[in-house]
Amino acid sequence: MDTIVGILLATLGAGTPLVFAALGELVSEKSGVLNLGVEGMMIVGAVCGFAVAAESGSLWLGVITSIVAGAGTALLFGVLTLTFQANQVAAGLALTIFGVGLSAYIGLDYTSVALTGMAQIHIPLLSELPIVGPLLFSLDPLLYLSFVCFAAITYFLYRTKAGLLLRAVGESPESALSLGYSVIAIRYMAVLFGGAMAGLGGAYLALVYTPLWVEAMTAGRGWIALALVVFATWRPARVMIGAYLFGGVTIIQFHVQGFGVDIPSQLLSTLPYLATIVVLVLISRDINTIRLNAPASLGKAYHPSV
Amino acid sequence: MDYSRRNGNSRWSVNLAMLKIEPRPQPSRLMGYLSPLIAVGLTLVTGIIFSILVGLNPLSAFYAFFIAPIDDLYGLGELGVKAAPLMLIAVGLAIGFRSNVWNIGAEGQLTFGAICGGGLALYFYQVEGAWVMPLIILAGAIGGMLWASIPAFLRTRFNTNEILVSLMLNYVAIFLLSYLVHDPWRDPDGFNFPESRLFSDSALLPIVLQGTRLHLGLVIAVIAVVLGWVFVRKSFVGYQMQVAGLADLAALYAGFKRKSMVWIGLLVGGAAAGVAGVCEVAGPIGQLLPSVSPGYGYAAIIVAFVGRLHPVGILFASLLMSLLYLGGEAAQMDLGLPSAITGVFQGVLLFYLLAADLFINFKLKLTTPVAKAAAREALP
Amino acid sequence: MKLRIFYKLGMRAVAGLASIVLSLTAFAADPLKVGFVYVSPIGDAGWTYQHDQGRLEMEKRLGDKVQTKYIESVPEGGESERVIRQFATDGYGLIFTTSFGYMNPTIKVAKQFPNVVFEHATGYKTAKNVGTYVARFYEGRYLAGIVAGKMTKSNVAGYVAAFPIPEVLRGINAFTLGMRSVNPAVTVKVIWVNSWFDPGREREAADVLIAQGADVVTHHTDSTAVVQAAEEAGVWSVGYHSDMSKYGPKSHLTAATHHWGNYYAKVAEDVLAGTWKSSNIWWGIKEGMIKLAPLNPAVPAEVQAYVMEQEMGIKDGAVHPFRGPIKNQDGEEVVAAGAVLSDEELATMEWYVEGVEGKLPK
Repeated sequence: MDTIVGILLATLGAGTPLVFAALGELVSEKSGVLNLGVEGMMIVGAVCGFAVAAESGSLWLGVITSIVAGAGTALLFGVLTLTFQANQVAAGLALTIFGVGLSAYIGLDYTSVALTGMAQIHIPLLSELPIVGPLLFSLDPLLYLSFVCFAAITYFLYRTKAGLLLRAVGESPESALSLGYSVIAIRYMAVLFGGAMAGLGGAYLALVYTPLWVEAMTAGRGWIALALVVFATWRPARVMIGAYLFGGVTIIQFHVQGFGVDIPSQLLSTLPYLATIVVLVLISRDINTIRLNAPASLGKAYHPSV
Repeated sequence: MDYSRRNGNSRWSVNLAMLKIEPRPQPSRLMGYLSPLIAVGLTLVTGIIFSILVGLNPLSAFYAFFIAPIDDLYGLGELGVKAAPLMLIAVGLAIGFRSNVWNIGAEGQLTFGAICGGGLALYFYQVEGAWVMPLIILAGAIGGMLWASIPAFLRTRFNTNEILVSLMLNYVAIFLLSYLVHDPWRDPDGFNFPESRLFSDSALLPIVLQGTRLHLGLVIAVIAVVLGWVFVRKSFVGYQMQVAGLADLAALYAGFKRKSMVWIGLLVGGAAAGVAGVCEVAGPIGQLLPSVSPGYGYAAIIVAFVGRLHPVGILFASLLMSLLYLGGEAAQMDLGLPSAITGVFQGVLLFYLLAADLFINFKLKLTTPVAKAAAREALP
Repeated sequence: MKLRIFYKLGMRAVAGLASIVLSLTAFAADPLKVGFVYVSPIGDAGWTYQHDQGRLEMEKRLGDKVQTKYIESVPEGGESERVIRQFATDGYGLIFTTSFGYMNPTIKVAKQFPNVVFEHATGYKTAKNVGTYVARFYEGRYLAGIVAGKMTKSNVAGYVAAFPIPEVLRGINAFTLGMRSVNPAVTVKVIWVNSWFDPGREREAADVLIAQGADVVTHHTDSTAVVQAAEEAGVWSVGYHSDMSKYGPKSHLTAATHHWGNYYAKVAEDVLAGTWKSSNIWWGIKEGMIKLAPLNPAVPAEVQAYVMEQEMGIKDGAVHPFRGPIKNQDGEEVVAAGAVLSDEELATMEWYVEGVEGKLPK
């Protein structure tokens, strides 16, 4: 029983950076903007948050900095693709390359810093419960925040007028415009939000999960987050499931190794990626699921006069 | 196209302070050629400001970055050694990108090409013969195509997003190579270290410039540039694909099949990446290692865009990118700058280029109240 | 913090402008130029950090007789050949290449530059002007294993490892033998993360091992994530490469640490004196290339004393981690009682000793 709780807890931890980044990207894509720079925004968020936490001694100041830094990096992307009409795929890739390099440079002075991560918050009484107690009621604060973000984003997208507008912009910018809304302004906000969430994902890695800074520490998680959005057919609940599934497969293949199974570990390591492909295939097999859910204008540059 | 209606309406255009961005009636050819130069120029200016800020002499920084790496024959050879895989892969990718087939999996296709070609080279390690080397290159091409056919198949059969599938397969290919060199293909005399045995001489690419490491791969890459140019400019398929890239709908009307575009785009990119991979292992490396590419598959995507998806542009872009890498190393050695700088400047260069591209399709217009009033009067 | 950065930038800008003025360089007596090729960024702990510490120690000892330079993050394979060659053409007389994957490039470049001395870490190919050097990491692992064996309550240890190569297997086996020499009931679980450097995965693997009952974890990867995971979970940890106690003040029992400075200084002195000869160096605790980091105060005094005694034993040859009888996983005796494994057998090791759980990937 302890082992199972252990696996589930580890899965939550492994999935959470993905949850933040993928939920942010989902909002950005819902507005019609495909930002492939998640990895870059995440890692800039991670290093800035870590640097500020190390200088100020306040983890929360670090978290806020990560959010701002992620959004700041996304602003660069926004200016390029929304104002300067650049190709979104190219700009996103450029953002990743830039972010990884920049973060390594900013982080030079901080590789030697040891931080104590965030302590768990034990909710009185509830955390005493068997199984669900440790799993749901004695987690670190950012994990709770990821649940809050999920609920808030779901509510925003499907229950508020602003959310409807955001989705309308992603579906048909022309019709949103004809209603008198600024497509560019709405997309800017969505992109900035996506960046802020990616930054938060970076903060989780650098301030909570492995409280340290090393170059390239996001190690491809931004790309996985991108895959999760498609995987989830642009639905927040499925993003959560996907993130924990990916985290879970990683954890389980480690468990399988720990119990000693006669399969080369390199081949086991491919499992999370293969699993993602398989699920992607299953989901996209029915062309209608994608067509119904994918924002119609996703990835297309939009200029008001074109 | 009729722009007159839109130009008159101020709400339609983006205002940047006193500047207004207006669409050009026709994409500017001049700006198409100029924007890479502008981007390189701005990157240089940024570099100068940066070097003053961190306390370096800008002149010596410039020298270290751009001159020192190629001030002798060997350095020029190295420029080619690094540019060759970038050029080859980028030409292949560009053909897909032109028709909106987003193959982000060149790194995996390169790796799988290296696995297939390298595996054959290991199989023939005692065999001498002039036919061995071409056969190995062919195996690399086939390997790259096989790996690229997975996203192509899933895209055309199951409508699965090729960006994500090709990307995930990068990781899978690298793990696969790691497994092979750690176990079945390990050098039997190699003290159990994860390396294959060295390839025999007949499997290795010949050196084309004595005194350097410049190998046949560059020749192959240049041939690919020429073929790419012919494909894009002269062939009907190339024309179709460009149309498909410009507008899916138009291509549909023209009766072109979207599915064959996906297949062609991915297979050509895969073949190019596979050949690049085999040229690395049968060229400068000479054996299979756990990692055979320092990220050429990703860097080539940048090269493709900096080269405006045009074979000739890619030729220059790959040389520039290669120089940036070499310059980054030289800057570490001569100036003590950290290796992270290279990535920052690659990103900056790309940003400027993407921004400068705006002016191919749009122009900046100074808006003064007078001009605005005049424009308003001109309206019917 | 902002202010500090601006101040720094300001100072650097002043220095930069000054350097324009002073770019006519002064001529000095010819020091020996020594180049280092690093596989990763230097960072604060880990493989490359320890090599860089060695470089700094050499500089300190030899003063202006040497002048050093390094290039970090050089990918193994084809890329490294250019960097190594660049050092050679720039007049570097001694070049250290500090990762296994630089072996063939080092040999290739060495052929073209017979007057330059090359030293390659952890490889097996030598030439007239190429020497190799490696440390007996396993001696430190064995001692750390003794500490871990004494401290474990659950009798399960966890080992986060990068790739199944002989060097890593030697470490796993020595650690296991060390633990079982004081606590025969112990088993060691191994998880391969297939990366030298991915803190997230290292962390995940450590969490899994702890969930599977390990109350002491160690690692053969490059970050400090495993030690940090142990600190949070409240189990013991054993660091590697560097003293990582800063990252696990409560949990960090000790670490098997690398110290290259002595050797680097000696090689440079030999090259300066013209007495350098190609050799295949394998130094350990005796020569000070491997040290045990200070033990956690929680380790009982008698255990501390025992570890000291074993350390002395390794120094004078009375103790050898791989002295028989040693059984492999299938219970077959692979080293007879009293015999020790030869250096060649150690160098090519690819089997698990009894007590390691799980099969070696085949």
